Amino acid sequence: MASGVKATLTTEPAPRAGAPAAGGIRPVVRAARFAIAHAPGLIAAGSKPRRELPARGEAEWRALHAHLRAFEDAVRYPPHQVMLGTLPPEALRRIARPWHERPVEGARAEGPAGRMLDEMEFYGWLTRADAASLLYVAPEFARAVQAFGGPERIQTMPTADLARAVERGAEPVRTARGELVGAVLPAHDQDASLAGSVLLENLAAKVTGGLALRALVEAAPAVDTPIDYLIGCGEEAVGDRYQRGGGNLAKAMGELAGVRTAGASDVKSFCAGPLHALLMAGALIASGVYRRVAVVAGGSLAKLGMKYRGHLAAGYPVLEDVLVGVAMDVVPDDGHSPILRLGAAAVHRVGDGGAPHQMARVLSAEPLRAAGLRLSDVDRYAVELHNPDITEPAGSGDVPYRNYQIIAALAVQAGEIERSAMDRFIDAHGMPGFAPTQGHIASAVAYLPHAIAGLTDGPLRRVQFVAKGSLFLGRMTNMADGVSLLLERNGTPPAGGRSA
Amino acid sequence: MMELHDKLVLALGERDGIPAQAIAACAESAGGRVVYAATQCFV
Repeated sequence: MASGVKATLTTEPAPRAGAPAAGGIRPVVRAARFAIAHAPGLIAAGSKPRRELPARGEAEWRALHAHLRAFEDAVRYPPHQVMLGTLPPEALRRIARPWHERPVEGARAEGPAGRMLDEMEFYGWLTRADAASLLYVAPEFARAVQAFGGPERIQTMPTADLARAVERGAEPVRTARGELVGAVLPAHDQDASLAGSVLLENLAAKVTGGLALRALVEAAPAVDTPIDYLIGCGEEAVGDRYQRGGGNLAKAMGELAGVRTAGASDVKSFCAGPLHALLMAGALIASGVYRRVAVVAGGSLAKLGMKYRGHLAAGYPVLEDVLVGVAMDVVPDDGHSPILRLGAAAVHRVGDGGAPHQMARVLSAEPLRAAGLRLSDVDRYAVELHNPDITEPAGSGDVPYRNYQIIAALAVQAGEIERSAMDRFIDAHGMPGFAPTQGHIASAVAYLPHAIAGLTDGPLRRVQFVAKGSLFLGRMTNMADGVSLLLERNGTPPAGGRSA
Repeated sequence: MMELHDKLVLALGERDGIPAQAIAACAESAGGRVVYAATQCFV
């Protein structure tokens, strides 16, 4: 250390996340794809049904089964068509709620933003993804799965033995009809981190994230830059008793998707994980460390049927019957795709306040102001986009609308709009919630395919993504977390502030 | 208006609403005794 320099462990406050890239490489988000697995037979393995069903007895089981959706109904569900990219979110405003009563006629199980798998195809992929050979299925079910394109080699076990294994602690795999067709054996008798239930949860995340990545790769040009790095950002915790949550499911997804060129690691921050991961992916591209980074996440099995009791009480089908994986492609500026403006990104810092208006100020208003932009300069805000048809019957309200109210209030506070214009601001800059309550998927990135389309071939200039993570649920802090990113149409002139 | 002086308070917050710590601070400033505070996430 040079003499005269004060030795200290404290530093100047760090600049806001997203100082302009020194190397001058601008990252773009080129594409995003979802894999949506319809898994009605696994709803009972969701955390809430797993706790409630045994406690409430046979009648509750029968009620749950009577309210499961067929795959065709899940495909025709208008919010799922928004996820697949065949309907814009705004179209939901013109469809009377509840949306399950207004199926989209002629709907298909795929669209520009991804595709849906039925239960049989999903189970086929579970068997394919079972690297540890712990998933066994009934022989006749193996043949049925193979007829639906499943792998040639599937481990089988007679149904009576499956039942005995379940009695001894294996995790059952059932069809929507309740038929026991498989079981995931525990990998260790005394390791809660390797219990059959945990392994099934992780396997489901691996499959849905891996299939989203496959779709992303298949959608890319035939001769393309290889993926150098994968960043996983889902909500699972892969590991054993010595390293619970050790992670790097991203690498397993890369293996399943046949992406042999990539290294990988995971980034965790509850539902805010994907935006942290996108920010890091952008930084890795901007720095020139990697040429192409894919951000991946699998679906959350624990959240299946999370609000099923509200749905049963309202006479709805059990709407939380899908697992959603996502893959997002971050590359250097290609002259076309939306720019990930690192200079207009924000993270919620330890010292920032946690009240909703403080989080919105830190995540939405301040980074925009630093970039020379007003709140009104953002065409769309992608916030917590949970489908209100799922949350309202359970008493959780309209989550996106509550987020939009706060952003609109900031616009009033900033003198951009009159208080009486808040609803118009929300209509113009917001959207109805449409995402399954899959946590990290609903937290803003559900809109990413629409944003990319709107910022390239559509009329949009800027979209701000805002995600929050409930860190306090882990009992290590009372804080929440948050991240925001700004995507901007390629070629948009700077608005007075610095550009990425 | 609620009189909180000398009352025991359970502060249940919500991530997209008011955090428990904010409710607890208000309750304490009004003379309440916060015996439990937890923020929940309902999505």
